[in-house]
Amino acid sequence: MHKLLTDTPGNKMLLLGSEAIARGAVEAGLAFAATYPGTPSSEISLNFFQISQESDLYFEYSTNEKVALEVAAAAANSGVRSMCIMKHVGLNVAADALMTLAYVGVKGGLVIITADDPFMFSSQNEQDNRYYGKLSGLPVIEPSSVQEAKEMMPYAFDLSEELQEPVLFRTTTRINHSTAIVELGKIRKRVTKGSFKKDPFNYVTVPAVSRKLHVKLLKNIEKASNISDNSIYNFTEGKGDFGIICNGVSYIYVSDAVKDLNLEDKTRILRVGFSHPMPAKLIKTFLKECKKVLVVEEGEPYMEEAVKAFAQEEGLTMPIRGKGEDLFSRLYEFDPAMVRKCIAKFFDAAFPAPKTVDLSGIPELPQRPPNLCAGCSHRATFYAVKKAAEGLETIYPTDIGCYTLGFLPPLGMGDFLICMGSSVGTSCGFSKVTDNKVISFIGDSTFFHSGIPGLVNAVFNNHNFTLVILDNGTTAMTGHQPNPGVDMSNFNLSGYGRIIIEDVVKALGVQHITVIRPYRIKKSIEAIKEALNFKGVSVVIAKEMCTLYSKSLKKPTGKPFYISEKCKNHRNCVNDLACPAFSLKDNRVHIDPVMCSGCSVCAQICPENAILPLKDKK
Amino acid sequence: MKTTRLIIVAVGGQGNLLASRILGEASLLSGIPIRMSEIHGMAQRGGVVESALVFGEAESTIISDGEADVLVGFEPSETLRALNKCNSGTTVITNLSPLPPFTVAIGKGVYPDLGLLQELIREKTKRLIAFDATALAKEAGNVMSVNMVLLGALLQTDILPLSADNVKEAIKVRTGKFAESNIRAFELGFSSAKLS
Repeated sequence: MHKLLTDTPGNKMLLLGSEAIARGAVEAGLAFAATYPGTPSSEISLNFFQISQESDLYFEYSTNEKVALEVAAAAANSGVRSMCIMKHVGLNVAADALMTLAYVGVKGGLVIITADDPFMFSSQNEQDNRYYGKLSGLPVIEPSSVQEAKEMMPYAFDLSEELQEPVLFRTTTRINHSTAIVELGKIRKRVTKGSFKKDPFNYVTVPAVSRKLHVKLLKNIEKASNISDNSIYNFTEGKGDFGIICNGVSYIYVSDAVKDLNLEDKTRILRVGFSHPMPAKLIKTFLKECKKVLVVEEGEPYMEEAVKAFAQEEGLTMPIRGKGEDLFSRLYEFDPAMVRKCIAKFFDAAFPAPKTVDLSGIPELPQRPPNLCAGCSHRATFYAVKKAAEGLETIYPTDIGCYTLGFLPPLGMGDFLICMGSSVGTSCGFSKVTDNKVISFIGDSTFFHSGIPGLVNAVFNNHNFTLVILDNGTTAMTGHQPNPGVDMSNFNLSGYGRIIIEDVVKALGVQHITVIRPYRIKKSIEAIKEALNFKGVSVVIAKEMCTLYSKSLKKPTGKPFYISEKCKNHRNCVNDLACPAFSLKDNRVHIDPVMCSGCSVCAQICPENAILPLKDKK
Repeated sequence: MKTTRLIIVAVGGQGNLLASRILGEASLLSGIPIRMSEIHGMAQRGGVVESALVFGEAESTIISDGEADVLVGFEPSETLRALNKCNSGTTVITNLSPLPPFTVAIGKGVYPDLGLLQELIREKTKRLIAFDATALAKEAGNVMSVNMVLLGALLQTDILPLSADNVKEAIKVRTGKFAESNIRAFELGFSSAKLS
């Protein structure tokens, strides 16, 4: 049985934050979940995927976050407790659905996970999604710890049903990827079958209906505001007249700092766990007890601005600070020492000097950036494209996935990236206004996610570029999740369709389509050259299964290679491919036989034919 | 209960997350409060994996610069890179078997001298325990058990509020068919740390 289905209330379990969230949803009777994977939210979905294979929970990997939210919105409006899971930037994709779903509302509980990523450990920006609460009018719930992430989940579902609105459940990386001991609660029975009651004058958002629904939404925000004021997740502790208002992980850093600085008798803390609508009455009462107030929140001054407005309404003039050059930054994530230092500074508390070691004398260490895996087919494709494009002035728009790493030297294949699918759309613009040859890269999952509309645009408006679709048969970056092009028999699952990228591209009217096997370097270079010569939109589909995924499926791999005595140290292999299986020993190149996947790409480009299969070694 | 802060650094694939998980399970078994966090987005792509483990009453799950009581490094240059987490009272345990990053192979960096590396750590911290954990893992019969060797060395220092038996119990529960060689690796690390 899946560990998150363990029905032993009161027992304790060591859980990752994302697992605790999934467990909380199971305890809340979650029956239906849809997602598009994205770090740091991916493990929540992975657990639902596993659970769905041994229970009546319905779970799907949807094409993108917008589709996932629409899928979940329909289930919730048929009365089924539903969830939609995504990373923070995913909510941008789903925002169109979100904004009007807020007008329509839900019948069964719908909780939308937005996993924010302060410091951008694995994201393209660090936007603060609490503002989506404000923008849409929907309630926002934010846990401060792993245990609380689990506890808040049933609360969020109840809240959603009470307000008949979706609830935004906002986490940050340090909630999703922290691990702690969690006490299990009771599992509520799942109700998986729903029924939809027709009510077009409340569901079909033509202007006349939406004008009415917006009134309903505003009333709902007022109701939510009262709930927020009385929520058990908005609480005060301590008695002094130093006030601290905080949320999320900042709250635990504040708790530790107040103890470390011996400020417990002087400090009053207001922890906001229900942050949209902000608990206005609670904050106003809190402010009246304080001489000065510090707002501690990662990201944007979301609470700080609200608190200052509440103070103004009450005619309160005590100092209220948060963001500022001398205090907290809007950049990156917080840490306990930084929070301690700012609290000490703001309240003039004694602050023991930090004991950090003196780092002088330490030599500059070689960087260890992430790299495409040994034998990754993307490396072969990048190499082939680079060779095929020799002599051309190029622009390489790229996209989001493992292959983004191709922008690093020595491959250097990636010039522009803003969001999922942007490789295709930006290629249209670059090819129109420059004389460069535009060659863009997109992975299979990203192509389905949001690459297709860009390609439709390119064909319709007759743009001139080559799109290379890197089809490795999985969503590799986030942990090998399925996508619409994946053969689901790899997961021993049946009953799924499968969409072949070549068919899609053909159907969209692309006139020049080539499928290459990237490990065959010479043939690939020739095929790509032809595609580059084509005037108009050409598509190259590089088809080779992700080597990590292939290993995990126990598919046969090639035999490892070694560097024979014939090697004259040209080092094209190391310098052009940067495969991590290479290393230098005594000024000679070596191949690690454990890492080498036998792709043979280096052997094909060696000018001396000195790289040979290990099995042939005498 | 006093708070003890531990940082583990490793290269993706060295089993840092499993080692952390085992310490977490051992804490659960012994009723010790534990909170931990990890950064592992790029672990499978050869990047650095860092875990922070906080034992005791503190609520934070991450460790600020200069605040680690113990630093365990599975790879020597990564141990040195994480020295910003240490203070003059920190105990450092490091594997001495290098895994040079790819940047060295393409001439974009120089791997530090292991003698100088140990000298620097010894000079700036309270204590350094340094040995070839990879060799001991091989001796234990499983080259992948470097993480268990270093857990053994860590438990020998007696800095964590956990007993070696609790950790061995967690290794048994967590690692199934590899438990036997893992325990062997743990014990080799334990006795090796006694000597250094």
